[in-house]
Amino acid sequence: MHKLAKTTLALNGVARCLFAERWLTTPKSVCRGFVCAQQNNSDGQDDVYDVIISGGGMVGSAMACSLGMDPNLEDKRILLLEAGHKNVMDSVPDTYSTRVSSISPGSATLLVWDACSDALIIFDKDNLEDEMAYIVENDVVVAALTKQLDSLSDNVQVKYRSKVVKYTWPMPHQAVESIPWVQVTLASGETLQTKLLIGADGQNSMVRRALGIPTVKWNYDQSAVVAVLRLSEPTENNVAWQRFLPTGPIAMLPLSDSESSLVWSTSHRLAEELLQLDEESFVDAVNSAFWSNENQSDLVETAGSMFRTALSALMPSAGSPRQLPPSVAAIGPKTRVMFPLGMGHASEYIRHRVALIGDAAHRVHPLAGQGVNLGFGDVACLTHILSQAAFNGKDLGQSMQHLLEYETERQRHNLPMMAAIDLMKRLYSNDAAPLVLLRTFGLQATNMLPTLKVSSHHMTTCHIKPHPLSDYTELYSSCVYNF
Amino acid sequence: MYSSKLGRLVLGVSCLKPTRVRSGPLRPGLRTGFSWTSVCQQRSLWLRRISHTTVDPNEVRRFQSLASKWWDEQGEFAALHAMNDLRVPFIRDNLLNVHRGRPTAKPLAGLKILDVGCGGGLLTEPLGRLGASVLGIDPVEDSIGTAQLHSSHDPDLCHRVNYRACSLEELTSERPEGAEAEEVVGQFDAVVASEVVEHLADLETFAHCCSLVIKPGGSLFITTLNKTNLSWLLGIVVAENVLRIVPQGTHDWEKFISPEELEHLLESNGFSVQSVKGMLYNPVTGDWSWTDSTAINYALHAVKLRDELFLHQAEEDSPHTQDSTTHS
Repeated sequence: MHKLAKTTLALNGVARCLFAERWLTTPKSVCRGFVCAQQNNSDGQDDVYDVIISGGGMVGSAMACSLGMDPNLEDKRILLLEAGHKNVMDSVPDTYSTRVSSISPGSATLLVWDACSDALIIFDKDNLEDEMAYIVENDVVVAALTKQLDSLSDNVQVKYRSKVVKYTWPMPHQAVESIPWVQVTLASGETLQTKLLIGADGQNSMVRRALGIPTVKWNYDQSAVVAVLRLSEPTENNVAWQRFLPTGPIAMLPLSDSESSLVWSTSHRLAEELLQLDEESFVDAVNSAFWSNENQSDLVETAGSMFRTALSALMPSAGSPRQLPPSVAAIGPKTRVMFPLGMGHASEYIRHRVALIGDAAHRVHPLAGQGVNLGFGDVACLTHILSQAAFNGKDLGQSMQHLLEYETERQRHNLPMMAAIDLMKRLYSNDAAPLVLLRTFGLQATNMLPTLKVSSHHMTTCHIKPHPLSDYTELYSSCVYNF
Repeated sequence: MYSSKLGRLVLGVSCLKPTRVRSGPLRPGLRTGFSWTSVCQQRSLWLRRISHTTVDPNEVRRFQSLASKWWDEQGEFAALHAMNDLRVPFIRDNLLNVHRGRPTAKPLAGLKILDVGCGGGLLTEPLGRLGASVLGIDPVEDSIGTAQLHSSHDPDLCHRVNYRACSLEELTSERPEGAEAEEVVGQFDAVVASEVVEHLADLETFAHCCSLVIKPGGSLFITTLNKTNLSWLLGIVVAENVLRIVPQGTHDWEKFISPEELEHLLESNGFSVQSVKGMLYNPVTGDWSWTDSTAINYALHAVKLRDELFLHQAEEDSPHTQDSTTHS
């Protein structure tokens, strides 16, 4: 509680500073607006931005922050287009929202340097390397990034409630009298020009569809039900739990001492039924999904316990005391939402003057919690490459060469990860005894790795701690990487 | 001070009396027995040569037919586009070094650069984007048209990059009023001649004109092809006829120049060569990389000596010590 109060106080301070600053700089920006307008009239040119980012979600906002903070790009004009409202959050809200993300240390490093160091989220810099992952609500990430963007208003502009209706693509090389930039037409009738368009507009990316980039995709025939869970008693809630049921994985991600976030991947039919249930029956369903033993085979159970005994004989000090997933008492009112699951991958991430990042380029099953981390990886990589291009005096969108470098590097990283997640999903959806045995052994072996834990407000560190029972595993564990 | 006054006087004379004297090809032996008198002699020689053209009319015709293709990154000039990855950092870092600048978003801010033989502006634009104010000149009017059109769309460039369809000696000598000469002579912090000198008719005049327009202490950057068997094999036979990386007939081996010869030429024109680096093109990946060998392509950075230093060096140095330039 102390921590929470202090954070709020600090945040208020920060917010006040920002507000005051904005107040003072208003006349200046008005002046600049006039100057721009005059220039436009004399040159007969519309606004030409260096970079326009389409989509102000977590990945798009992080991209804007990351570019805005790069010293080599400090004189570039960057614009972020977001269809929604500005997400202002001066203090962390009391209630948790259903959409959460697992932020890996790598991504947190990006955010620490780029965005969130003094905003809503505080990542523990010193222990960054040791942590497994942070569970943070998407809203909070976006709000923290929004706050950071406010401080970058010199070179990063944000247009909220702007809907793109049309993209006009330039010719690959210049034809006489044609505009060489990407043109973005907004619903308001305004047309913007940019040297580089970054598509961060999610899994149904309009940028990707307008370019006609084919995607390889399939649906898992599954839906995810998400909700905020209230635990029956406060615990040291720092482990994310995931259990693989025949219908799909169910996961509980810690939010605070007494609350967790639920991600239950299951068949469409069951998901709809779960949504129809009254709250009490829903809580029962969640508890039984975590605790019921009806799906376990005796053979696997016996083999698992023998393997465990063998491991502890080999490494007596390793392993951790038995810990059980917490039981659930209630769910947050009106927090249940479902959405279909699938996976998709754009065959190309780049075109002339366009790059796709985040879910616009790749979408994965949430079971490994890697979705947003792949997106943040794109952000870090693209920032690095654009920064280098600017330092070499390149037109940021002209040369396919540096954009190709981005595509190659990210596909080399993303594809194996997506394949691993897909394989894992298929492995766990299967009931064949040898497969179940195999994954049981794998999880128990990872349990012997040293574990660490640190927690603070609004984020919780997860560490590898598979449940001794066969099919529990801590979510987002490193076994995904080592698969 | 004395010598700079002399230089101005000399220039004034040249403006008054444009005499056209056809001179023979460059003789490297010219510099032996260097002394103050020989410097004076050479200066008066250049005086007469100054109106002679460095431009080869055949080359002009060749590039005219290619003018529209400058900005096609996969086309005839793909290798030149890719070369920016080496030459832009080479120019940027050496200028940062010379001017003790700090790497910021505009590392070349405040510097005036002349891009000789700019073509479609492939190198002019990146230098402009790094903050320099760049003048690109090229005798091929169509190329200048392409370059102007291309940069006109970019608001970052339209105030920093200018183009003029003329040759280097036209820029330095043809001054009807004399007032405009002040604008050009000794005004540039750097002159860049990238992949240009192998197309020129008269290198001696070129070097002299470069030293005219560069400020004392300013830099000259040259990238070109060496005159070796390997450069003939790879630069002409393979690149033009086998792989067709560059259009046939782009290069004439006879006009290539070895780094040693170029160093001699530059040093006799008051430059001190700072570094010579070999460059290698990989036709498979389409990338350039630095290499120790200058056998095919190389980049050279020279600094114009301040006049008194040049005269001092010309008196003191024997030809042997001048040969030992740093190759890095």
